[in-house]
Amino acid sequence: MDFLGVIQLLDSSLRLATPLLLACLAGLFSERAGIFDIGLEGKMLASAFFSAAVASYTGSVWIGLMAGIGASLVLAAIHGVASITFRGNQLISGVAINFLASGLTVVIGEAWFSLGGRTPQLEGAARFQEITLPFANAVRDVPYLGPIYADFLSGHSILVYVALALVPITWWVLFRTRFGLRLRAVGENPAAVDTAGVSVVGLRYAAVMICGVLTGIAGAYLATALSAGFVKEMSAGRGFIALAALIFAKWRPWYALGATLLFGLLEALGNRFQSLDLFGIPIPTQFMQALPYILTVVILAGFVGRAIPPRAGGEPYVKER
Amino acid sequence: MNDAMPKWADIVLIPLINLALALFVSGLVVALIGKNPFEALYILVNGSVGSAYGWGYTLFYATNFIFTGLSVAVAFHARLFNIGGEGQAALGGLGVALVALSIDWPHWALALPAAVIGGMIFGALWAAVPAYLQVRRGSHIVITTIMFNYIAAALMVYLLANVLKVPGSASPETARFIEGARLPNAADILPWVGFSRSTPLNVSFLVAVLACIGVYFLIWRTRLGYEIRAFGHSEPAALYAGISPVRITMLAMLISGGLSGLMAINAVMGEAERLVLDPVQGAGFVGIAVALMGRSHPLGVFIAALLFGALYQGGAELTFEMNGMTREMILVIQALVILFTGALDNMVRSPVERMFLSRRRQPEAPLPTTPLQPGGHPDDAKIEP
Repeated sequence: MDFLGVIQLLDSSLRLATPLLLACLAGLFSERAGIFDIGLEGKMLASAFFSAAVASYTGSVWIGLMAGIGASLVLAAIHGVASITFRGNQLISGVAINFLASGLTVVIGEAWFSLGGRTPQLEGAARFQEITLPFANAVRDVPYLGPIYADFLSGHSILVYVALALVPITWWVLFRTRFGLRLRAVGENPAAVDTAGVSVVGLRYAAVMICGVLTGIAGAYLATALSAGFVKEMSAGRGFIALAALIFAKWRPWYALGATLLFGLLEALGNRFQSLDLFGIPIPTQFMQALPYILTVVILAGFVGRAIPPRAGGEPYVKER
Repeated sequence: MNDAMPKWADIVLIPLINLALALFVSGLVVALIGKNPFEALYILVNGSVGSAYGWGYTLFYATNFIFTGLSVAVAFHARLFNIGGEGQAALGGLGVALVALSIDWPHWALALPAAVIGGMIFGALWAAVPAYLQVRRGSHIVITTIMFNYIAAALMVYLLANVLKVPGSASPETARFIEGARLPNAADILPWVGFSRSTPLNVSFLVAVLACIGVYFLIWRTRLGYEIRAFGHSEPAALYAGISPVRITMLAMLISGGLSGLMAINAVMGEAERLVLDPVQGAGFVGIAVALMGRSHPLGVFIAALLFGALYQGGAELTFEMNGMTREMILVIQALVILFTGALDNMVRSPVERMFLSRRRQPEAPLPTTPLQPGGHPDDAKIEP
């Protein structure tokens, strides 16, 4: 593979890593506050559907994005009520949200569009268009650096840049603000936060809602930027891969960027080499398709090392009486 | 649990309220997409239990859900959340198909036990890897079992498209099993009930009932079952009592995977009589709802599986009878049942508990037989022993 081939591969890695990165940062907020979220997948799916449906109805992708975030927030609120207010099992609540999303998107999609669960193809302003960064065409001819800028960094939809910008923002919010300190504390030792007179419930709801907004953007990106419309089950396990990336990143924002780029690269490789001969042995397509899932297992099992989750993760907080 | 309310309220009343809430919200969804929820309910009930034809399918689906429900339930007792039933059942299908195709079985009564073993072993092995990774490498079992579902799907597509399909045939399925490896269906066994020849209900239903009894004995009557429950209640306590977490996690997941794999005798050997793409059809996930509703007790699982069997059959009828209704409506109902019985349990439980507590308190306060003394409450005079 030549240099331009590598650039193309990296370019599609970045595209494919974006929804993972957004979902991973979403999970980061939620899990840092002590709320496990298996339901990232479902929230992404719901947002993908509603963003595509509303974008195709109104013709504006921005209204679609808002609708997607709204749908994701509703599911996030259900998760919050179940796991914070009623102290239910967070894993079970997440599983329920996943099923709810994969059922509702098809039922409503069929009722609205009668296209077998799809939304109509999105065109023009109903989709996020690619943005050409300034001077991209001017510097394209500069050897090496030119293509890196013009073909790898430039030419993505705005949400890709939003996702990349969210990495330092997440870092700053979590590690440099009072809110972030309290949020992390509530995931480690909620009793201490409570003693300090700060509302555990309020902080956890805030984290779950931030998670909802970010998964909403991730889902909208899937349906209105990466593809041109919603297809049944289009999230395809990305919510779970984002969770694995989160563990791989040890619940840190910059590591999350690295981990999701790695998973994006894997997916891009799988797409690029549909059929591959390895030392004369043909590798079946199904293997390449399953590669991101297999590597998720391998990475979780082998290379994470000691990943220490937030100490109060998954445990409902019962205020002392 | 606690003694705030009688046991029947815990195991009957609360699941029923949860179910009613789930159905109510499902009705809202049906109404929201512009359909009549009462008509939908009528079609659902009539289509599932209104005829011998309906019962044939309802019990057939219920058989699948008993196996997967028991699978999730056994794992729940060890406080393990096995979401991998889907993949384990798919691999179980592979095991069953290999057994059925390998020997010229003279009679189904010989083929069935062999297929049971084959399905269980393949299902158990598929669950063994996530279990091992959980205990030895600390990778979260929920995520690995989900990943193993995706991997199983890809593996089965590969095997059916390249290895197992009939040479020269385009469809990704194995050859039809020979006569001696097909299970007799309800029309063969109970000809007088009026099941049609095509009814998929078969002798696996009896295996499912046996599995319920077996799981009951395993969990509440054996040392292993005791250890599983102890481990599930408190890992440190179990460790202190000399129970090995590695052993219990592995065994519980092997049994759980084996039960999921058993589902295949119904779907593969009983219905399709060949291995097709995705014989599981989401039954692995239904098992989660069934185990939650059935409170992880075999009897509860049995009843919840019947309910979900009716829901699946009724839902299929709904798709035929009502224009614009899709099968995924069942998924919505299933999700709501999981949500209300599993995650929002306390929402129903606390008011019901409070109701029982307040009802109990009333007769406890004795009516004063003598007029109240001024400045004193009758309770003050009572001396606690």
